[in-house]
Amino acid sequence: MERSTSGGGDGRRARPTAHELARYESLFAARTRGMKSSAMREMMALTERPDVISLAGGLPDTSTFPPELYAGLMADVAGDSTARALQYGPTEGMAATVECIVEVMAAEGTAIDPSEVIVTTGGQQVIDLVCKTLIDPGDVIVAEAPTYPGAVPTFSAYQAAVEQIEIDADGMPIDALESTLDRLQAEGRRPKFIYTIPNFQNPGGVTMSLARRRRLVEVARERELLVLEDNPYGLLRYEGEPLPTLYSLDAAAVGRGGASDLVIYLGTFSKILAPGLRLGWAVAPRPVLEKLNLGKQGADLCSSPVTQMFVAAYFNSGGARSGVGWRDYVETLRDLYRRRRDVMLQALGEHFGEGARWTKPQGGLFIWATLDERIDTTDLLALARKSEGVAFVPGRAAYMDGRSGSSSMRLNFAGVSEHDIREGIRRIGRALREQVGLLGSLTGSPVPASASDAPVEQPEQAPGPLADVVALPRRDSSAQAQRRRDR
Amino acid sequence: MSEGQRVAVLKGGRSLERSVSLRSGAQVQDALQRLGHEVLPIDVDPELVPRLLAAAPDAAFVAMHGRDGEDGTVQGLLEAIGLPYTGSGPAACMRATDKVLAKHLMLEAGVPTPAFRSLSETAIKELGASAALPALERELDFPLVVKPAKGGSALGVKFARTSAELPGAMVGAFSYDATVLLERYVAGRDLAVSVLDRDLAQAGAGKPRADALPVVEAVPREEDFYDYESRYEIGMTTFVCPAELAPETTARAQELAVRVYQLLGCRGVARIDLMLERDSDELWVLETNVVPGMTETSLLPQAADAAGIAFEQLVERVLASAFSR
Repeated sequence: MERSTSGGGDGRRARPTAHELARYESLFAARTRGMKSSAMREMMALTERPDVISLAGGLPDTSTFPPELYAGLMADVAGDSTARALQYGPTEGMAATVECIVEVMAAEGTAIDPSEVIVTTGGQQVIDLVCKTLIDPGDVIVAEAPTYPGAVPTFSAYQAAVEQIEIDADGMPIDALESTLDRLQAEGRRPKFIYTIPNFQNPGGVTMSLARRRRLVEVARERELLVLEDNPYGLLRYEGEPLPTLYSLDAAAVGRGGASDLVIYLGTFSKILAPGLRLGWAVAPRPVLEKLNLGKQGADLCSSPVTQMFVAAYFNSGGARSGVGWRDYVETLRDLYRRRRDVMLQALGEHFGEGARWTKPQGGLFIWATLDERIDTTDLLALARKSEGVAFVPGRAAYMDGRSGSSSMRLNFAGVSEHDIREGIRRIGRALREQVGLLGSLTGSPVPASASDAPVEQPEQAPGPLADVVALPRRDSSAQAQRRRDR
Repeated sequence: MSEGQRVAVLKGGRSLERSVSLRSGAQVQDALQRLGHEVLPIDVDPELVPRLLAAAPDAAFVAMHGRDGEDGTVQGLLEAIGLPYTGSGPAACMRATDKVLAKHLMLEAGVPTPAFRSLSETAIKELGASAALPALERELDFPLVVKPAKGGSALGVKFARTSAELPGAMVGAFSYDATVLLERYVAGRDLAVSVLDRDLAQAGAGKPRADALPVVEAVPREEDFYDYESRYEIGMTTFVCPAELAPETTARAQELAVRVYQLLGCRGVARIDLMLERDSDELWVLETNVVPGMTETSLLPQAADAAGIAFEQLVERVLASAFSR
């Protein structure tokens, strides 16, 4: 077994000694203590192999983008403006790209002022820049439980104190948010922003209801709090009516066709076009925008003009070149992902048994499944990886404490073929039956029918508001911490 | 041993400790090059044996942690193709890696190790072993530490405070191995003693052939004291070397480590983990690692450094074990 004093890199130095290590340790910023590796994340790295069916990624399916269209658009960029594409660009982004963003936002029913947009290197950079701009060590961020696993390392790196609010079928319950805000106020702690993914939440798969969206905006206005609205998948809706963005609701509250003054909106081309472009954006109140801009100057000066010009070419002439405009491509993705979601839902019904529950997302990329509370999905992943060759994201990755959510898992249905979805879920189900059977033997309780090797009948969806949602762990983080101290 | 050997460094593989192993391997490669050896780095995969046969190096430096690298698998293969390799042989690897077997051997030899029982998956499924759980719980008492019998990752190591937590903890541990170890929890200080074969030149007649290095103490952050996974997680623990202990405690820990090293038949190098019980001041041996980490921040290089052994010297001494049988 290896035990080691710090994560470190692949440091190749001339004479590494413990003394030298101490020298480096004293140079590391305090924030690096929050940048921790974990056995769970290391194990997940092992699943990135061709022989493993991975339902773990956050991937869209880029194989559906026509190669000849990509080649043609790149040729257009080269023919029209090689020199500009290879040059630095403005920090806030190229005007032609911002026009595309205005178009995408309009398709989300949200009017914006192009001068309040900053183009970023993926949506992830918005999370980083917002933290860089707003968070001092110990400052509070209110997030959902579970929350986007990719935000966890960012929040940790800025040493934020994150309060996670358990979500239900309608997203973040605003009464729970308000009581948390009241408690924080009583403790003299003011949250810097509320982080939410209202549409097809990652990883929860649920969507915040219209009533809660309205109430969230009211609460933010009453208390003068910023909201970071992370909306990568809004256009990937497979059923139901689109709901207004928090940004547009806040803008309406401001009135007279103005912009929102409390919502920072995060968008991205990753899910409606391609993540390899590394292009996202923020729309933010001007004072915040100015700080984001300064932060971005320090981070990377500007996002790649090559890919920004590719996006502009795609939006302007993609349809003319191929007969497939950007909206048509999004429609193609919707059809594809809707079918894949349905395949996964059916497979879950066949292979996961009665002890499990899962969300039925109306869009996006993810389903969140929750098992018997005694099953730890990190251990299940170890078993499933080894004996079945299949991977998923253990629920703990979506919690700041790395412990909660231990009986849940995130499943991606968008980036894998229907065959692999069926096979992947069947394999996880087999590993799960193995564990449930063992639990039954250990506790002396009869092993449920689903523990046999035969597929179980798909359970009827129970009526009621929780029918499409998991039972989230009912531990709040302070109670959890308290219990740890009490042990 | 002559200068300028051709050394294959075996690292990586599919173990849960793959990434640490890659870092250990990289450090070892650098040191071997500085020592004037020719290095053949191998990230272990299904081409391992054909590559070794084709390259025919003088020796293999085993820098693989966990499955395959520590359980005797690779050592058995290297014996089969007649290639000298560093560290313990297959039998010692099997004895050390199987925590249940290692604890039985220690009990028989009178080496203090915390009270324990083990249960296999087949015993539970086919022999009704779960009916023995109440007696076992009474005997060992809570809190209990539940571990997979094999494997060195923090994963699957769990703390059960009550009877109700035990089945879940056991199912978790069974995800990594078909046998689990249930062990009495020893509250106290977490120590590690590395043992290194003596230089051939120095090893005179009648002297022990292995030396214990200075003791390292692992100090977990308070809030995670009972969270085993965090305790073993990178960055969650700080280390003190040499550990601040009474001289007789240090001597006793080192003596126990050398005894266990010899009892299991280790060769080259090993790291023995112990607990110093708070209430009784007793030392208890937990387990032995036959391929300790060799990263710049690992316990073995730290302990060697505290003993005045530079990293190159450490690597050279471990390499010498390949030629010393």
